[in-house]
Amino acid sequence: MNVKNVIASTLASVVFFAPLSAKELENKLVVITSFPKDLTKSFKKAFEKKYPNVKVEMLKKKTTAGIKYIQETKKNNKADIYWVSAPDAFEVLKDDDLLQVYKSVTKGIPETIGSYPLSDPDGFYSGVAAAGYGIMWNNRYLKAKKLPAPQQWKDLSKAIYYRHIGMSAPSRSGTTHLTVETMLQSDEGWKGGWRNIKRMAGNFKTVTERSFGVPDGVNTGSFGIGIVIDFFGLSSKASGFPVDFTYPRYTAVVPANVGIIANAPHVNTARAFVDFLRSSEGQSILLEPKISRLPINPDAYKNAPANFPNPFKDSSIGQDINFDVKLSKSRYNLVNALFDVMITYRLADLNEATKALQEAEKLLASNGNDKAKKLIADAWLLIDKTPVSEELALNDDFTAIFKTKRKKRTDKVFGRQAQVEEKWDREVKDNYQQAKTLANLAIDILN
Amino acid sequence: MAKNGTLGEKGLFLIIALFLLVFLVGPVVQVFYVAFIDVSTGNLSLINFVDFFNTSLFMESFYNSFYVASMSVVVASIIALPLAYYTSRFDFKGSVIIQSLGFIPLIMPPFVGAVAMQLFFGENGSVNLFLEDTLGFKIPFMDGLNGVIFVQSIHYFPFILLNLSAALNNIDRSMEESAQNLGSSGFGLFRKIVFPLAMPGYIAGAVLVFIKVFDDLGTPLLLNVNNMLAPQAYLRISSIGIDDPMGYVIAVVLVVFSLGALGIAGWALKGKDYSTTQKGGGGLNKRKMTTIEAIGAYSIVIFTLLIVLSPHFALTLLSFATIWSYSIFPDAYTTAHYAEVFTETPEFITNTLIYASGAAILDIILGVSIAYLVIRSKIKIRKTLDYVAMSALAVPGLVLAIGYLRTFSDVELPNGQMLASWWLMLVIALAVRRLPYALRACTAAMQQVSVSLEEASENLGASKFKTMRKITIPLMAGGILAGFVTSFATAAVELSATIMLISSESDAPLAYGIYIFMQSASGRGAGAALGIIAVVIVALGTYISYRFMENSRKQREVESKDE
Repeated sequence: MNVKNVIASTLASVVFFAPLSAKELENKLVVITSFPKDLTKSFKKAFEKKYPNVKVEMLKKKTTAGIKYIQETKKNNKADIYWVSAPDAFEVLKDDDLLQVYKSVTKGIPETIGSYPLSDPDGFYSGVAAAGYGIMWNNRYLKAKKLPAPQQWKDLSKAIYYRHIGMSAPSRSGTTHLTVETMLQSDEGWKGGWRNIKRMAGNFKTVTERSFGVPDGVNTGSFGIGIVIDFFGLSSKASGFPVDFTYPRYTAVVPANVGIIANAPHVNTARAFVDFLRSSEGQSILLEPKISRLPINPDAYKNAPANFPNPFKDSSIGQDINFDVKLSKSRYNLVNALFDVMITYRLADLNEATKALQEAEKLLASNGNDKAKKLIADAWLLIDKTPVSEELALNDDFTAIFKTKRKKRTDKVFGRQAQVEEKWDREVKDNYQQAKTLANLAIDILN
Repeated sequence: MAKNGTLGEKGLFLIIALFLLVFLVGPVVQVFYVAFIDVSTGNLSLINFVDFFNTSLFMESFYNSFYVASMSVVVASIIALPLAYYTSRFDFKGSVIIQSLGFIPLIMPPFVGAVAMQLFFGENGSVNLFLEDTLGFKIPFMDGLNGVIFVQSIHYFPFILLNLSAALNNIDRSMEESAQNLGSSGFGLFRKIVFPLAMPGYIAGAVLVFIKVFDDLGTPLLLNVNNMLAPQAYLRISSIGIDDPMGYVIAVVLVVFSLGALGIAGWALKGKDYSTTQKGGGGLNKRKMTTIEAIGAYSIVIFTLLIVLSPHFALTLLSFATIWSYSIFPDAYTTAHYAEVFTETPEFITNTLIYASGAAILDIILGVSIAYLVIRSKIKIRKTLDYVAMSALAVPGLVLAIGYLRTFSDVELPNGQMLASWWLMLVIALAVRRLPYALRACTAAMQQVSVSLEEASENLGASKFKTMRKITIPLMAGGILAGFVTSFATAAVELSATIMLISSESDAPLAYGIYIFMQSASGRGAGAALGIIAVVIVALGTYISYRFMENSRKQREVESKDE
């Protein structure tokens, strides 16, 4: 009966050469998504209006919880669509054969955005929106603390911003991972990238558990500056908070995707939904102020509000970087683990060392002293140190430790992640403590 | 009586053991076994535990969790003791306030509670902005471990208050009178008679606070304190992946340690009989306060309540606020959030009521049964039930939910739905998660009922079941109510298991709705409004069950006078 249906619908579309009409669609669609209500509500309404017989069920789960849910219920799958921001989440599902191919043909959508492919070349998932990383800040907070608004990543390592910045951890949010990877792929490379990240992280007030924790913290003023994905900044501003957002140079613009789950019960409706998301009709919904996401259909920008960023026109967004997706994927878990060991879990140690060094540098500026200068330089080197070199990070055997998933019982992995991290942790903690000691020595000399 | 329990007792034991096996042990083992697998070989091994104890971060986390849990018990006791003392010792009008508001901190829904506390007590919250403007300094209420202790004590002190009040109210007045007749009074009376008799209640509450804080995930996470055990487990499971062993190693350590704390508490109460035979009248003698005492009592009560209810005040403000950002009070007020919430799916509310009351009823049935088997029966391995049920406290909601999906997702209901995501499974998951609360309350209550009353009833020809229904359970009423309320209130705002198991929005409870609102900048006010609705619902639910119990108690008193 199923085969018959397929044949019938194929025939229908071939013979009449017509797009799927509402009649052939199943009357239900189950979408697993991590997107906020403002976004899903608008799309649900618009889609149900276009196809009045279809009832859309939006099931909200965090990106990781969504993956887990699909994995655990695969034998008895009831969901049709997986729709989230992080491209790597789709890679996980694709590797597990939990997605099905659907190449949505929509006119006017380019192949890539910057250097990032908009859709999976194999057709397992398709781009539906774009997003770039940047800095958001709370105007009232900065005014009260008499701080200027930061414009570039490097500004964030200035001493004036000590403990005013918040960021999420890359291991917690797929999109934060992209920011970190973008910094590691800037022209300063792996080593320089980590140095910049750690100098900035020395000024962190907090590393939040959820990616939404960052805009939330800036909105309420628990901290003044946040490193966030653009729509968090833009939609906060559109909701009336006294905040602003800017794209620094070296930001990657990446797509948010949608994929159809393997053996989806309502596959025709699922396809229609993917097409709808990419149509100019669907794309223009992204421009609603409470949503504020970048359409990937360049046409949609015609209706954009004034000052709305357009990555297809504005050459300053996401142009200074050639983002290597393969490289990012190969060391994905390693980068996450390194960030957590060096920054998330050692933030207090890093803060203390940074504070001492900033104080020493301030004194050095007013009364120079070569010995103190040397001590300070040595201390910074200790902070910058990363326990993993670029070569090691590219070594497949080594990165395999961080992919704990063994497909078969007989698969072997050498080394255990916990064992490796334990070694890093000791090294990093020692370095931070020593750096603090050196900085205090310098302070003693300068005083 | 048979040496190894009667047939009925054995049957009850089997039913409960089976329930726990299917809905707690089985699913959890499905997930936990990863802790005992060496990833490099795939064999069973303890190597992951070696890694755990070798990692300074984990050891530091272990110490921090222990410190925070112990300090929270101390601070929570400081808050709860005076309140419990005033309500049970004096004819004090404030008692009503204490009894009815004391449990409210427990029903702070996650996420909103976080935002609300930050808005008031955060480094740039109302209190600190005000202090800075007027006095030029700030108090780091919410900073680091002390912040966690502050929030946890406020949140969990009701466990001590509820259990201790129940115990104090159950002390036979005649005990106190005898002591007075023998010349004891004042502090001596308290130390020698009241305090020891109330011990089971206090310990039950204190152990709950300790374990709950030790295992709690939400509060450290919301304060961004990562260096504690529960957050470490959660962060590892949800970021490195479900197959990473360390998350489960930590979860196993949490379970073992929590059971250890329980064992120590059991050992402390061992060999002592806390039950009293005569029911000369519930509770201690209440006396009138002098004016000065009343002023003192009222100021303590009001001060405590102000602190304890501050998150709710903040939440209320937020639910009416337009924009609230880096200022002492919101910029302006509106009722738009409530309008928005009420036009959204109202099934959130009915679902919450059904799930939470279902879970709480299941919990007290299980709680009374287990307490009965453990205390009254002679079955040899009866204590295991207690330990297994209590271990639920230390099982992260995430782990339980994943275990359910893994165990029950292949089973299909007649209508084609997955068993794992059927709403009744959510009720069971909630009941399992909250069972420890009800169980501790029921156990403490039963410890105070003397077995000789039951024996007397049986000697007079009543069956065991009738004795239970007519004698034991009525005498335990206060404890059962405390168990019901805690289970109900906390189940109503549970999120971690809920969010994983929900498979359709029409089955979702309030906590899920709040979570969804709170994920967007424009949804904060609406989320807060929904949070307030949750608080009101749980408060009403508790009030009604309280009235119900009171009425039936009065009914009984009337009946007994008639006889």
